[in-house]
Amino acid sequence: MSKRWANRIALGVLWLCGLTTVVVLGAVIVYVFVRGIGQITPEFVFTKPQGVNAEGGIGPTIVATIYVTGLSMLITTPIAVLAAVYLAEYAVQGKLVNAIRFAADTLAGVPSIVMGLFGFAFFVDAIGLGFSVLSGALALSFLTLPIIMRATEEAIRAVPRFIRWGSYGLGASKWQTVSKIVLPAALPRILTGIILAMGRAVGETAVVIFTMGQAVYMPITPLDSGRSMTVHLYTLAMEGINMDAAYGTALLLMAMILFFNLSTRWLAARNRRLKG
Amino acid sequence: MTEPEHMKGAPSKSGLKMMSRATYFREAMLKNIFLVCAVLAVAAVALIFIFTTARGWGVIKDPGLAAFLGGTEWSSSLGRFGILPLVVGTLAITFGALMLGAPLAIGTAVFLSEIASPRMRAIVRPAVEMLAGVPSVVYGFFGLVMLRPIVAELTGGMGFGTLTASVILAVMIVPTISTLTEDALGSVPPGIREASYAMGATTWQTIYKVLLPAAKIGIIDAIILGMGRAIGETMAVVMVAGNAPQFFKGLGAPIATITSQIVIDMSYATGTHKTALFGLAIILLLMSMGLVALVRALSRLNAKKA
Repeated sequence: MSKRWANRIALGVLWLCGLTTVVVLGAVIVYVFVRGIGQITPEFVFTKPQGVNAEGGIGPTIVATIYVTGLSMLITTPIAVLAAVYLAEYAVQGKLVNAIRFAADTLAGVPSIVMGLFGFAFFVDAIGLGFSVLSGALALSFLTLPIIMRATEEAIRAVPRFIRWGSYGLGASKWQTVSKIVLPAALPRILTGIILAMGRAVGETAVVIFTMGQAVYMPITPLDSGRSMTVHLYTLAMEGINMDAAYGTALLLMAMILFFNLSTRWLAARNRRLKG
Repeated sequence: MTEPEHMKGAPSKSGLKMMSRATYFREAMLKNIFLVCAVLAVAAVALIFIFTTARGWGVIKDPGLAAFLGGTEWSSSLGRFGILPLVVGTLAITFGALMLGAPLAIGTAVFLSEIASPRMRAIVRPAVEMLAGVPSVVYGFFGLVMLRPIVAELTGGMGFGTLTASVILAVMIVPTISTLTEDALGSVPPGIREASYAMGATTWQTIYKVLLPAAKIGIIDAIILGMGRAIGETMAVVMVAGNAPQFFKGLGAPIATITSQIVIDMSYATGTHKTALFGLAIILLLMSMGLVALVRALSRLNAKKA
């Protein structure tokens, strides 16, 4: 076989790989969309599930999902951003920084089911928060911490050094430089990281099922139990009840994730335009 | 990376009074607050490890370490908690996912980095990113309603089992492996490519003989992290694996993994059973920590070589 033919065949296979990825994504989206779109009515979005077959809507699960995700973001974001500021701006390389990085990597690699069991043992049981939105949010924070931390650190490191020199040259202190110069410049990429983490939190199942519980009420206080959309979808699909509602829930979940994804894309494009 | 001296802010101990006492204290306090936040990450990992271990430690006494690690039967009604069937299940599904997913992911990465036109890249790369964002329960649902009937047709069972779970997991690990492989290929110096083309090599020869070997360690890293993702994946597997804690009996036969068994049993487990589930969590935790440590050791090796 001549090298030209080998080249053509190999490149063809690589093209096929790239296209397969797109086709698989397309298949998931189209399938969920086609089967689920008929379900999406105001009634489905706003009313609560009723009876053994979970007829009716999924309103409380949407509220629980947004509630637990929002609360978790409020907890994680400040900690993760400040930790990243320390790593990128203050830390001197050494054992401590190494340990922090190893911990962040490990945290990012902990399987979500382990996070769920830990959340159950610690927040639900030991601290006594019970199955609640707060337990779920705290457990989710462990999951999203490394994501926001890494994104923020990379964003800060990408800020050109001469901007800092300019600030120091004007007599600004370290904190003034970080808070007024570096963080604003890094903001779009930090936001991208936060949105990414929100996507993970919305789509997470194993963590919230063991920490927030499965009650189908509308959660009001942070100590109420609640059922997220993912847990609802899981329950419907596994018990084979009301598959129509399962398709509808899957579609709404995908729509939320797509929205997050498009927002990060829009942020990145805007950032490029402003800099360009 | 140490910062040059002039970037460390105003000197605090030198004779120059560039900073007021108040500013100095505020700066020092803020620095310590940031340090505490960073140390929280370490505390989080320690907390997870300690609490999971504390709850699962009992497996050493009951059912006993040998019966737990070496037991060939997992049956809560018989009170037998041997993890071997679950470990084999996890390995079988992970292996299947890597066999299918790794070539596809590496192929996609090579396509994106070396072959695709900017316009193709603008389609394929967002698709890969989007695949990473799809919730695992949606993958599981898709596998259950779409893929399972096809597998059932092929293997003649219900369609729950190793094959279905492997295919779904393969799709799920594509973004992990592909993104990291693309990074590794991107960090190969362009001069190496040019030298290869200048010698008359075709695109494929350059990829196969020059680029892939040069990016080898990065690609191995990517595969290890993909493997970690596959081992730890839970919901998608629970929904399509069939959840029968038995040894591998064929591609179409139901099987259970460490993660899926935890989810299925957690709703009703008490006593020894619950302790055994936390024991499983310890095993998962050790596996994922081992893989992270392996990746870090590899990248240190890589840095030393470069």
